[in-house]
Amino acid sequence: MLEDYLNLFVKSIFIENMVFAYFLGMCSYLAISKTLKNGVGMGFAVIFVLTITVPLNYLIFEYLLSDGALKWIGPEYAQLDLSFLSLIMFIAVIASMVQLVEMIVEKFSPALYGSLGIFLPLIAVNCAILGGSLFMQIKDFSGISEAAVYGFGSGVGWFLAIVAIAAIREKIAYSNVPAPLRGLGITFIITGLMALGFMSFMGIKL
Amino acid sequence: MEKEKNKRPIFFFIGRNDEPIFSKKNRKLLSDPLDDNNPITVQVLGICSALAITVQLKPAIVMTMSVIFVMAASNVIISVLRNLIPNRIRIIVFLVVISSLVALVDQFLKAYAYDVSKELSIFIGLIVTNCIVMGRLEAFALGNGVWKSFLDGIGNAIGYGVILILVAFFRELLGSGNLMGYQVIPDFVYEMGYENNGLMLLSPMALITVGLIIWIQRSRNTNLIEEN
Repeated sequence: MLEDYLNLFVKSIFIENMVFAYFLGMCSYLAISKTLKNGVGMGFAVIFVLTITVPLNYLIFEYLLSDGALKWIGPEYAQLDLSFLSLIMFIAVIASMVQLVEMIVEKFSPALYGSLGIFLPLIAVNCAILGGSLFMQIKDFSGISEAAVYGFGSGVGWFLAIVAIAAIREKIAYSNVPAPLRGLGITFIITGLMALGFMSFMGIKL
Repeated sequence: MEKEKNKRPIFFFIGRNDEPIFSKKNRKLLSDPLDDNNPITVQVLGICSALAITVQLKPAIVMTMSVIFVMAASNVIISVLRNLIPNRIRIIVFLVVISSLVALVDQFLKAYAYDVSKELSIFIGLIVTNCIVMGRLEAFALGNGVWKSFLDGIGNAIGYGVILILVAFFRELLGSGNLMGYQVIPDFVYEMGYENNGLMLLSPMALITVGLIIWIQRSRNTNLIEEN
């Protein structure tokens, strides 16, 4: 049992890394990785929000939207399939959760808000968050704890990726990069090489 | 004075400000995003979905068409509503408009092009959070007229599609020797010892191909070069 969770966790961090395997959250990944400090802040915000929204959307999908999910209201609702609404529901949950989390953090921990605050609004449009929920829908998890582990693991994977690229970009500022490649171009190529490195994890059978 | 203004013929939204429909300024809205202000290589918007679906040409073209539809429609809708949307909740309004349009596209593809929709899996859904749509709504549609926003939407979506199709073209050609699923590299080339480059099919090469496109574009167009 615990083994399964551990497998899922390692898999979601390394093998199915959000950035390197699926290119999710690339926009914020490229925009906010100029300094290490900002990268760490954004990474924590993503872990935080993914861990909350994936299990929440799992519950919504499982008990409201999927095929026959409304059986608990009464037998006449058993044939309803609302899964075409899942996209709108997921994004609504994510947008409102982000607002809610922002308010709660602001109220109870001003220090945390100071470091995470500016990144939280950006998260609503980070594809890694919606991608987490959509993958959850495809993967068909057996319980909410699996969904939570998956959300947390993907968040950690994204965190690792942005911290790594931010550290490299801080160093590469001192190198003599060909002028047309400076900035965006070289970041793309470095990310490609890092993704190549991460592909070696694919050989691991879990 | 007020009456004078109302007398001017207004055909819904076009021609309200005495400007020809395809004036120089409006044409610039269409052509700018193709090169100087390309959404992917210059504005850095919409990369998330751009890379994962470029293994083959066909999904890339379907994706481009979906994005053209979603961007044009959402730009028009937001531009019509722009004076009614309260500033504080504008992001949520954007998300609702975009996600209903995307759900429409998703259902349409499931009905008429099931295998492509299967191939694109979650990436059609991810148009919702494609920063390119949201970014153009925020930066352009919220402050400009309907016709201009429509042109801006089309222009940016095409600029996005050009890069997508370019990357997909090279990846499919070099990676599997096909284009649109048909073999284009003749058999005798293979007999002479040519082999497909399997590396092109793997995800890292999408990033590197885009990096190379940026390199070529910026060495041609030197004002795009960044400080660092």
